[in-house]
Amino acid sequence: MNLTQLSLPEQAIFVLAALVLLVSFILLSQTRLTAAIHAFAWQGALVAVVAALVGWVGADAHLYLSAGLTLALKALLIPWMLHRLVRRLDMDAEREALVHPALVALTGTLLVVFAYWLVLPLERLAVTDTRNLLAISLATVLMGFWMLVVRAQAVAQVLGFMSIENGLFLGAVAATRGMPLVVELGVAFDVLVAMILFGVFFFQIRESIDSLDTDRLDRLAETEEEA
Amino acid sequence: MQLALVVAGAPLLAGWVKSVKARLQNRRGPGPLQPYRDLRKLFMKQVLVADSASIVFRAAPYVVFTSTLLATAAVPLAVRDLPTAPVADIMVVVGLLALGRFFLALAGMDVGTAFGGMGASREMLISALAEPATLMAIFTLTMSAHSTNLSTVVGFQLTQGLVLHPSYLFALMGLVLVAVAETGRIPVDNPATHLELTMVHEAMILEYSGRHLALMEWAAWLKLTLYGVLIANVFFPWGIGETTDPGAFGIGLAVIVAKLALLGLALAVSETVLAKMRLFRVPQYLNLAFLFALLGMLSFLILEVAA
Repeated sequence: MNLTQLSLPEQAIFVLAALVLLVSFILLSQTRLTAAIHAFAWQGALVAVVAALVGWVGADAHLYLSAGLTLALKALLIPWMLHRLVRRLDMDAEREALVHPALVALTGTLLVVFAYWLVLPLERLAVTDTRNLLAISLATVLMGFWMLVVRAQAVAQVLGFMSIENGLFLGAVAATRGMPLVVELGVAFDVLVAMILFGVFFFQIRESIDSLDTDRLDRLAETEEEA
Repeated sequence: MQLALVVAGAPLLAGWVKSVKARLQNRRGPGPLQPYRDLRKLFMKQVLVADSASIVFRAAPYVVFTSTLLATAAVPLAVRDLPTAPVADIMVVVGLLALGRFFLALAGMDVGTAFGGMGASREMLISALAEPATLMAIFTLTMSAHSTNLSTVVGFQLTQGLVLHPSYLFALMGLVLVAVAETGRIPVDNPATHLELTMVHEAMILEYSGRHLALMEWAAWLKLTLYGVLIANVFFPWGIGETTDPGAFGIGLAVIVAKLALLGLALAVSETVLAKMRLFRVPQYLNLAFLFALLGMLSFLILEVAA
């Protein structure tokens, strides 16, 4: 497929999807919580715009609705909730030290290559023009998983989890022009409830181990042992 | 003709950036013509060479200046169809710049002062990390144009019209970051200071005086202009002349001057807003540039040629 044969909005979809992937990388290496939450909000907004553009190109009115839902939920409500949580937990200025930042980012690019390779045979089956986005969305999902693996900070892990959801939504939009509205509403409420539960968990974890570093959850003793 | 214009115009760009920067920092600052006066002053001064300097030290300014000059000759400025077009390969440009840098570092180490050696080692650290990113960004461009020839790449961009390439966006971001590092601007190096802890480029040319220093400075300005022209013409090629006739040349020239003035403005703003990084954070910064370039390459493969 040649990019020049596509109309300008379709090209814009590709550019925005590539930016979604870029935000994944930023999320992966951003150690400041507030900035990471901002990045997540941008990712949600980008995904929403992609959905709206796909809806516009294909004249699918229901995609506007899901785009609006995504914008409201992932770009505004959840980041706002996370901000409030972070402020209440007094972690505005907290930074987490990544062990090998360069290695983490490079593994991320390997994941992108892997996603591309995995999707390659699938793309031939898909019928829509946006099938190339599948690789991007799968890569975003994998990057979310990778974030869950490398980050020890509970809030950052939640961000990774939410960006997995972003990737899934992008994939659904790209491959099948979105999911049925019932499913989408269900997922949206799921995410919202998950967010509230995470909030409760943050306080629980903090109360029991006095930190949100999940690496410390595997210790049996409540107090720090003499090393 | 074009080459002479670039060589003459390079100090103007440097002066423009400097005076805009001074304005932004609430200083009056020197006018944009100040670099010309500096050059004249330096050319009239006597050359002093340290006792411990070898022939490398004396030859280096000429080698650095000539290699940068040749690299500049290969980049299309106002018109696309140059006499040098057949040899205007982007690899040649990168290679020539690397040659200049190599001699710059040699000259820095030659005299045997602590500063020179330190500057040379830092420069090599930066360039070793910047080069993969440059090449990766360039590969992205050349893969879509199917050629490493600069004027073919620019021509391809022109005939294509307005097409949004996700890969170009990333390649552009990567190349801008690299260009800032390579031309020794803030946040990687500060061109305006002689503070021993931070200088990179200044440390290497610390021992030079007179016309040697003038040539070194001029080469640095040329390099800045070269990167500016490269970014302006490869990513935003509109307005460049197709043929060498005077009319097209005039329009192309006016357009490129406007583009460079805009780029200089952007550079001055970013230099005012950003603070200089610690040297040990520079690898992270260049890693980011490499990441951008790599993502550009990947998104080219995934989004633009797949299936």
